[in-house]
Amino acid sequence: MNVASGYNFAYLDEQTKRMIRRAILKAVAIPGHQVPFGSREMPLPYGWGTGGIQVTAAVLGRDDVLKVIDQGADDTTNAVSIRRFFARTAGVATTTHTAEATVIQTRHRIPETALRQDQIIVYQVPQPEPLSRLEPSREETRRMHALADYGLMHVKLYEDITRFGHVSISYDYPVMVDGRYLMAPSPIPAFDNPKMDRMAALQLFGAGREKRIYAVPPYTSVRSLDFDDHEFRASRAPHACLLCGATDSYLDEVVIDDQGGRMFVCSDTDHCEGRRDGT
Amino acid sequence: MEHDTLLSARGLTLHFGATPALVDVDADLWPGEVLAVVGESGSGKSTLLNVLSGRLAPDAGVAWYRDPAGALHDIHAMPAPALRTLHRSDWGFVHQNPRENLRMAVTAGGNVGERLMARGSRHYGDIRAAAISWLEQVEIDADRVDDLPRTFSGGMLQRLQIARTLVTHPRLVFMDEPTGGLDVSVQARLLDLIRGLVRRLGIAAVLVTHDLAVARLLAHRIMVMQRGRVVESGLTDRVLDDPRHAYTQLLVSSVLGA
Repeated sequence: MNVASGYNFAYLDEQTKRMIRRAILKAVAIPGHQVPFGSREMPLPYGWGTGGIQVTAAVLGRDDVLKVIDQGADDTTNAVSIRRFFARTAGVATTTHTAEATVIQTRHRIPETALRQDQIIVYQVPQPEPLSRLEPSREETRRMHALADYGLMHVKLYEDITRFGHVSISYDYPVMVDGRYLMAPSPIPAFDNPKMDRMAALQLFGAGREKRIYAVPPYTSVRSLDFDDHEFRASRAPHACLLCGATDSYLDEVVIDDQGGRMFVCSDTDHCEGRRDGT
Repeated sequence: MEHDTLLSARGLTLHFGATPALVDVDADLWPGEVLAVVGESGSGKSTLLNVLSGRLAPDAGVAWYRDPAGALHDIHAMPAPALRTLHRSDWGFVHQNPRENLRMAVTAGGNVGERLMARGSRHYGDIRAAAISWLEQVEIDADRVDDLPRTFSGGMLQRLQIARTLVTHPRLVFMDEPTGGLDVSVQARLLDLIRGLVRRLGIAAVLVTHDLAVARLLAHRIMVMQRGRVVESGLTDRVLDDPRHAYTQLLVSSVLGA
């Protein structure tokens, strides 16, 4: 693909990238802590990944291979656009194969293939504050984080179990990072939460509109909140993928006609294709 | 400092602009004792409560709290996390308006369980059992445990607030007009309940009230405040039966049968 002229490498100017890298270093040093940063206007709307794209721009090098995931898929608008954006402004190689990528920007999924130590995964985060729906004041939530005062989050879980018999959070399921900070894992399905625990790859989170960056360093403990007698369980649709037959991957439900017909397919398209090709 | 007071204050002074809210106030509270602070509106009762509980800092003076290990803590020099820990375990605060303390969108059980969960309880069954047991202790039907507080009456809300506060077995409870805004029959039941709980659990309490009958019923000792000063203090019966300060005499004589 043609590399666009007139842009600095990876679109952002060097000062901005340095500022973002400083925020990332601080975030890595304090796992799960939200670090404010001077989020820039990006050439895409808020909510489409402005935070993730800035973090990616700041960590991307000339030899990196970029993969972009949008809800598991490599071929949807958001994924295609961001991949093309960096191919043009940074001239980096892109891929859809998880194993070949060195930097993976993702919207709301973690690949089924386990990530390695030499990979970085960048999450797009709409709302970095896990307590936002419970406590409207940011001043108060910051104080709660500072004092590790997280009883309120458990009240929410208690209420769910009382009303529904189980915790009804199916995505953006709150986690404790390194036993200290409560963190929003971005709207990934709760199914993906266990993959974050002691992951070999560096995990970076960027929230552009909310101007926050946070991180989970490699091999850091990430525990989904639960009760001793109501343990966290990763749930998935009880079907096999209609295309590849996988029974252990996260599935999307696809409506295929107006007669009530539907099929369940792997949400991770690369994983599904790989299984069908027998690789 | 005298030996084994739970809470002591010396020379507390606080001005709101030109208005003196507290002037050179001393106070002592021993374990298991109920101290009533009485006086008319604007006499500095609630301000004293807020200063003693660390929610307001005084202009001058100190307040100490003795923790279960016997160590003294200067309440206003404590680091914020330590004060917060005190507030959610060793201490309790009962507001006049229960809506300030309760979470109205959370079930009664969740409200009672919050302090347990904040303290680190992570067993749903245990938390729920504790909530039900506490609802029963404050005379709320166990089957209301999953109801929202907005379906509760005013008296029930106040009792729910007390259950929520006492669930962690605090050693010291600050009460700001706990029976204010309730009708007389409900007040009587609530007073009876508070008295029973405080006696049975050996809780020390600082009780702010303008109602001398409440002080008579609950308190071991009384402090009478006027314009930010403590004008008289002593055993409840002594102060109410034999008031010495002119203001106390006025206060006692203005109430029938106190």
